[in-house]
Amino acid sequence: MENKELEKKATQIRRDIVLMLQESKSGHPGGSLSSTEIMVALYFSVLKHDPQKPNWIERDRFILSKGHSCPVQYACLARAGYFNREELFTLRKLNSRLQGHPGKDKKLPGIEVSSGSLGQGLSISVGNALGFKLDNKLQRVYCLMGDGELDEGQIWEAAMAGAHYRLNNLCAVVDNNGLQIDGCLKEVMNIEPLREKWNSFGWNTIEIDGHKMQEILNAFKAAQEEKNKPTVIIAHTIKGKGISFMENVAGWHGKAPSKEETDRALKELV
Amino acid sequence: MGKMRSTREGYGEGLLLLGEKNNNLVVLDADTSCSTKTDIFARKFPHRFFNVGVAEQNLMGIAAGLSLTGKIAFASGYSIFVSGKAWDQIRNIICYCKLNVKIGATHAGITVGADGATHQALEDIALMRVIPNMNVVVPCDAVEARKAVFTIAEEIQGPVYLRLGRGAVPSITQESTPFIFGKALTLNEGKDVTIIACGIMVWESLKAVEELKEEGISVKLLNFHTIKPPDEEAIIQAAKQTRALVTAEEHQIIGGLGGMVSEIIAREMPVPLEMVGVKNSFGESGEASELMEKFGLTAKEIVKAVKRVLKKKKTILPL
Repeated sequence: MENKELEKKATQIRRDIVLMLQESKSGHPGGSLSSTEIMVALYFSVLKHDPQKPNWIERDRFILSKGHSCPVQYACLARAGYFNREELFTLRKLNSRLQGHPGKDKKLPGIEVSSGSLGQGLSISVGNALGFKLDNKLQRVYCLMGDGELDEGQIWEAAMAGAHYRLNNLCAVVDNNGLQIDGCLKEVMNIEPLREKWNSFGWNTIEIDGHKMQEILNAFKAAQEEKNKPTVIIAHTIKGKGISFMENVAGWHGKAPSKEETDRALKELV
Repeated sequence: MGKMRSTREGYGEGLLLLGEKNNNLVVLDADTSCSTKTDIFARKFPHRFFNVGVAEQNLMGIAAGLSLTGKIAFASGYSIFVSGKAWDQIRNIICYCKLNVKIGATHAGITVGADGATHQALEDIALMRVIPNMNVVVPCDAVEARKAVFTIAEEIQGPVYLRLGRGAVPSITQESTPFIFGKALTLNEGKDVTIIACGIMVWESLKAVEELKEEGISVKLLNFHTIKPPDEEAIIQAAKQTRALVTAEEHQIIGGLGGMVSEIIAREMPVPLEMVGVKNSFGESGEASELMEKFGLTAKEIVKAVKRVLKKKKTILPL
C-alpha cells in the first residue's frame, strides 16, 4: 500500500474509533488516536498475516500491551477483513467479542492475547519471540506499549530479557504521547531519558515522529535488518491526534465523545 | 515408609524424564533452579531452559509467550513469590487466556524452615484456586510429584499450579499407585470419620490413623492431591459415609483445602468439620519439625481434631 493510501486508511480508522466510542459511551480515544498511524502501518504494510486465516501458523504476532487502546486495534482488524465492520459497534456491550480490554476468551479473530493489565505485553512478546527462535522460525513479534505504561517495573524486566536473549525478531513500539491518566508524564512520573534508557538496556533504539508514515515504515524496516538486538521504536505522538479538541488533553484518555463532539470530530477527520 | 525425598526432587526428575520424551517442553526459572530442581533439566536440555533472573512477573509473561508458540511451559520458582508477586500475571494472562503454562511452585508451606515467614507460602492455595481456569495440585511425596508432572503436561490443556515442598518427606505412594488428576486417592477405609489431607499432611494423617485405630476409632483417609478441580463426589460420599470430616493442610485454614471442603459440604452435605492448618498467622524461623509442632501441623493435632469432630458429630447429628 502506498503512503497516501495508508494515510487515508488512518483517517478512516480514526473515524471508526470516534464512532465506536460514541456508541459504546465509554472507552479510550486518546491513546487510540495517538497510535493510529503505527497500527495502520503494522496491519496494512508491515505484518505478515492473513485476515482470512487468523490462526495461520506462519503469521507474525502483534501484542497490544496497552490494552486500553484496543479501539484502534479493533478498527484495524475490521478494516483488514478479520471480521465485519458492523461488529465494531458492539464494543464494550454485553456478549460482544470486542471487550473493553481485549479478551482472548471471546475469540475475536486477530487477538493473540488478553491485555489490559499494563506492563505485561513485552514479557509475553519476549516469550513469543524466544519460542520462534527455538523453532528456527523467521516470524517476527511486534509489541505496542504506552509511555505511561513504562512506569511498570515488569517492562524493564522484559527489556533486560529481550536484550539478553538477543531477540532481533522482536520489535517494540512506545507510543510516546507524553500524557498519562493523571497528567503529563513529566509531572506524574518522569520516564526520561527514554532513548538512553533503552540503549543502556541493550536495545536498538530508533526515534521517530509517530504520525509520519514514511518514518514509521523506515523504522520497521530498520528493525527487520537488525541482527543482534531487539528494536524499540520510540514514536513521538500526540495524544488525541487528529481531533483538535482532544489533542494533548489528558482528560481524553478514557472518555467517550458525545454526539455533538463526534460530529465535530468527524468534520475534522477528512 | 519408603525413602525420604522431597516433592521438588520428584518434580525435577519428572521434568527430566518428560523432557526426554517431549521436545515441546520448555522450563523456566527465576534464579532458583538449584532449589527448584529445574537444574537437572537445564543441564540436559540447556537450549530449552530459560533462567530469567529474579523476576517472577517477567517469568510468567515469558512462559505465557512461549505457550503461545505451542510450547508446554513449566515456570518455576518459590511458591511465595510466584503465587504472590506474579498473581496479576497469572490471573490476567495465563488463566484468562487459558494458556498451557504449568507453575512449579516449590518451597511451599512452613517446612521451608529457617528462612522464616517471608519465604513460607501459607496462602498460595487460596490465591491460586480462586482464579477461573486454574488447576491446583499438591502432591504428597516425590513419586506422586513426578507422576503429576507427566499428567498435568500430557492430560491437562491449560494452567496448573503444582505445589511442592522443600524438605524430604516419606514415600507414601508406590510406583504402581495410580495418579488420577481430579480424583482423590483413598489411603485407608474407615467408618467413624474422614480425614482429607494434602501434601506433607498426608503423612501426618497416616500416623494419626494408626494412633486412632489403637483407640478403636475407624478412620477413612483421602489423599486429596487435586485441590482444584476438587473431587466433589469423594467429599460428599465421605460426608455421607462417616458424617464427620477433618481437613489437614500445610496452609492457612482460610481459603485452602479446608475452605474448599467446607464450601462443598455446606452446599451438598453439611456435617461437622474440623480444620487442621495454620490459623491466621505468619510463620517464623526454625527447623521444619519444630515449626510443624509449633503451628499445630502434626499427627497429634489431627488426632485432637478427630476427637473434637466426633464429639460434635454425637451432639449435632445424633443417629
